[in-house]
Amino acid sequence: MKINDALPLEYRTEENSNKIFGFWLFLGAEIVLFSTLFAVYLVLWNRTGSGPTGKDLFEINGVIWETVLLLTSSFTCGLGIHAMRLGLKKPMMIFFGITLLMGLGFLGIEITEFVNYVHEGATLQTSAFLSSLFVLLGTHGLHVTMGFLWGAGILIQIKRQGFTDETTNKSFIFSLYWHFLDVVWIFIFSFVYLKGLM
Amino acid sequence: MKWDEFFVTGEPMIYGAMVSIVLVSIAILVGLTYFKKWGYLWREWLTTVDHKRIGVMYILSALIMLFRGGVDALLMRTQLAVPESGFLDSQHYNEIFTTHGVIMILFMAMPFVIGLMNVVVPLQIGARDVAFPRLNAVSFWLFFAGAMLFNISFVIGGSPDAGWSAYFPLASLEFSPTVGNNFYSLALQISGIGTLMTGVNFIVTILKMRAPGMKLMRMPMFTWSVLITNVIILFAFPVLTVALALMMFDRVFGSQFFTMANGGMDMLWANLFWVWGHPEVYIVILPAFGIFSDIISTFSKKNLYGYKSMVFSMVIISLLSFLVWAHHFYTMGAGAMVNGFFSITTMLIAVPTGVKIFNWLFTLRKGKITFTSPMLYAMAFIPIFTFGGVTGVMLAMASADYQYHNTMFLVAHFHYVLIPGTVFGVLAGLHYWFPKIFGFRLNERRAKTAFWLIVVGFNVAFMPLFFLGLQGMTRRMYTYSADTGFGPLNMIATIGAFVLAIGFVVLCYNFYYSFRHSPRDEHGDPWDARTLEWSIPSPVPVYNFAKVPHVESQDAFWHAKKHNVPLFKEGPYEEIHMPSNSGQPFILGVIMFFAGFFLVFSWFIPALIAGIGVVIMLAVRSFERDHGYHISAKEIAATEQKLRGDSV
Repeated sequence: MKINDALPLEYRTEENSNKIFGFWLFLGAEIVLFSTLFAVYLVLWNRTGSGPTGKDLFEINGVIWETVLLLTSSFTCGLGIHAMRLGLKKPMMIFFGITLLMGLGFLGIEITEFVNYVHEGATLQTSAFLSSLFVLLGTHGLHVTMGFLWGAGILIQIKRQGFTDETTNKSFIFSLYWHFLDVVWIFIFSFVYLKGLM
Repeated sequence: MKWDEFFVTGEPMIYGAMVSIVLVSIAILVGLTYFKKWGYLWREWLTTVDHKRIGVMYILSALIMLFRGGVDALLMRTQLAVPESGFLDSQHYNEIFTTHGVIMILFMAMPFVIGLMNVVVPLQIGARDVAFPRLNAVSFWLFFAGAMLFNISFVIGGSPDAGWSAYFPLASLEFSPTVGNNFYSLALQISGIGTLMTGVNFIVTILKMRAPGMKLMRMPMFTWSVLITNVIILFAFPVLTVALALMMFDRVFGSQFFTMANGGMDMLWANLFWVWGHPEVYIVILPAFGIFSDIISTFSKKNLYGYKSMVFSMVIISLLSFLVWAHHFYTMGAGAMVNGFFSITTMLIAVPTGVKIFNWLFTLRKGKITFTSPMLYAMAFIPIFTFGGVTGVMLAMASADYQYHNTMFLVAHFHYVLIPGTVFGVLAGLHYWFPKIFGFRLNERRAKTAFWLIVVGFNVAFMPLFFLGLQGMTRRMYTYSADTGFGPLNMIATIGAFVLAIGFVVLCYNFYYSFRHSPRDEHGDPWDARTLEWSIPSPVPVYNFAKVPHVESQDAFWHAKKHNVPLFKEGPYEEIHMPSNSGQPFILGVIMFFAGFFLVFSWFIPALIAGIGVVIMLAVRSFERDHGYHISAKEIAATEQKLRGDSV
């Protein structure tokens, strides 16, 4: 096995660097996936049928909090990786823990919003606009949920095994994923909420 | 739900199919138990992560699906052979042409191509394995789960009936109320995820795991074609993922994406489908181009003419493939500018494709040609494919397309490109690499008999369709009256289809015959070939290369043979690290199959449980600490000694 000590721990083995490269490729596919969903949304966003429009539904308060939580969690995730590279196990776990809790908070707000929409009579079945809204936000939300479970699993492994080739590699890949979700959210914030509220 | 809603009833042929499925399943179960093969099957195949075995399983599945899709084709041709035939009713005919298309493209062509790439690519680049062996197994089992889910639809619940492109509103719950199109969306989704993973896996493998000295511009053409194909997969398949998900939401959860009311937009489906669908045809055809390139240069004993232009033309084709999708619906009223744009981009594809045709011809020029069975397929491919390509340019012209849109002319065209392009390609590849996989050659005499039946049968079957199309026979028409005058040509086409089918039977018989009678291949290089996979013994040991090859030029093995330079460095063997087998990919496939099956019938609670099962499987994988095993240097030396005789 080729090991290059000049690189950070998560890159050192050939297998690890392949995994990181493979994950970047996967993110390429994810970009296409979300681009397609955005395209669908932008095609359908004013095809509201007899249902409510975005302007009727969106409320800036919740969205701002969602944005703050997710963007900050991306920052703490980066701090976690920084701590990991310095070999600081406890700070890394704390930063990752904060990241995951913020993700959970984000999900809580999103679910509350969905429930509110449904109470206002805006469901997946109401109009093409709402179908595309729920599927776009829902896909992102599902990604955050999977990220939460994934991150929690990694935290347990770090606690048990410490920093190894494998756990650091997993943490780093998880951080790529988490930042990616953040980027997607920025697009949702701009093209769904800001556009809808204007 | 009543039983007669669950099982398909009222069709004698389907009752026959049900009985034969049950009988075959019982025979397999009894046979496995009687010969005590359960353990062997599990240990050696179901849990394998060896790319060569995964490739074999892909190819075997593809051959079975070729049979299923072929039977569909014969049923259609039988129905159309004479006017006013009552062999199939309209609904049954709809289901058959839909499943024929889906199975041939997604469950035959794709897995066949992926199977060959699994077997060959790591060997061609001098790698010990693919980048992610376990993921590779997951890819296969997801494909297999999807294929099985799709196939059971014709006895349970009902087949999809809205065409392989499943256009809305035809595919909506309103116009297609059976669960058939639910099967379509979920089966394609599951196998599509597997394909996407293959894409990631092979890009990493090719870019990161080449033997020392193998620069990109020294890679064999098949590897190049696979690399480009997988890039297309990576960027095209997520679009299908979304389209199928939206279809599922519309049909299972009542959303309004493609409906006719509440703001839905049916054309959105057509656009999404073909943004994936058109690149898809290049996903199945580019690897065949790679196969033909390797075969033509091997059996002409010459370097491939215009290597760089071959690579460049494939890159151009892959880019253009994303810019042509609207040519599938010129007549849907997009307007002159849009049609004009897509007309031009479509015709442009003929340019790089023409470059490739000329390069193959120049490779043949003054070559020492041997007409082996793989070479015959390659030779037949060039003129037939060119003919298909020229009719494609005819179709590409938007204004002219208004005449033959949706006619048999189109059906003839795409069979004239896909059968020589893909089917001949994979069959050529199968004959060519068969000795590498199994250690013996297919019998040439029988292979050539099959070849001639297939080529002649193919032309007799599809040439008449061009004329039928120009006479106005539309596609997907399940019957016609005698006054139309379509009868005689249809009869000829049907005869051709049966000749083609006999060719396939001879081809399959040849596997059996060769298994019994072919002399075993002792030196690993029966064709006097050029690329690295032929430098190691056949069948290939599990670790592929005992020593890593050092590559100094294109066609490294040929170079080594001609200039007498060693491909492998002197010195003792070193131990090799291998991944261990795992049952998890298979189990994940089974769970995904059931998750899909429950969703098809909108049984949400069981589907949710299966979904949780999937998450648990992911967690199990994450928490597992399996570092594989090592094959000792002594063991390698012994294996190599046995495989190569005393020479090494």
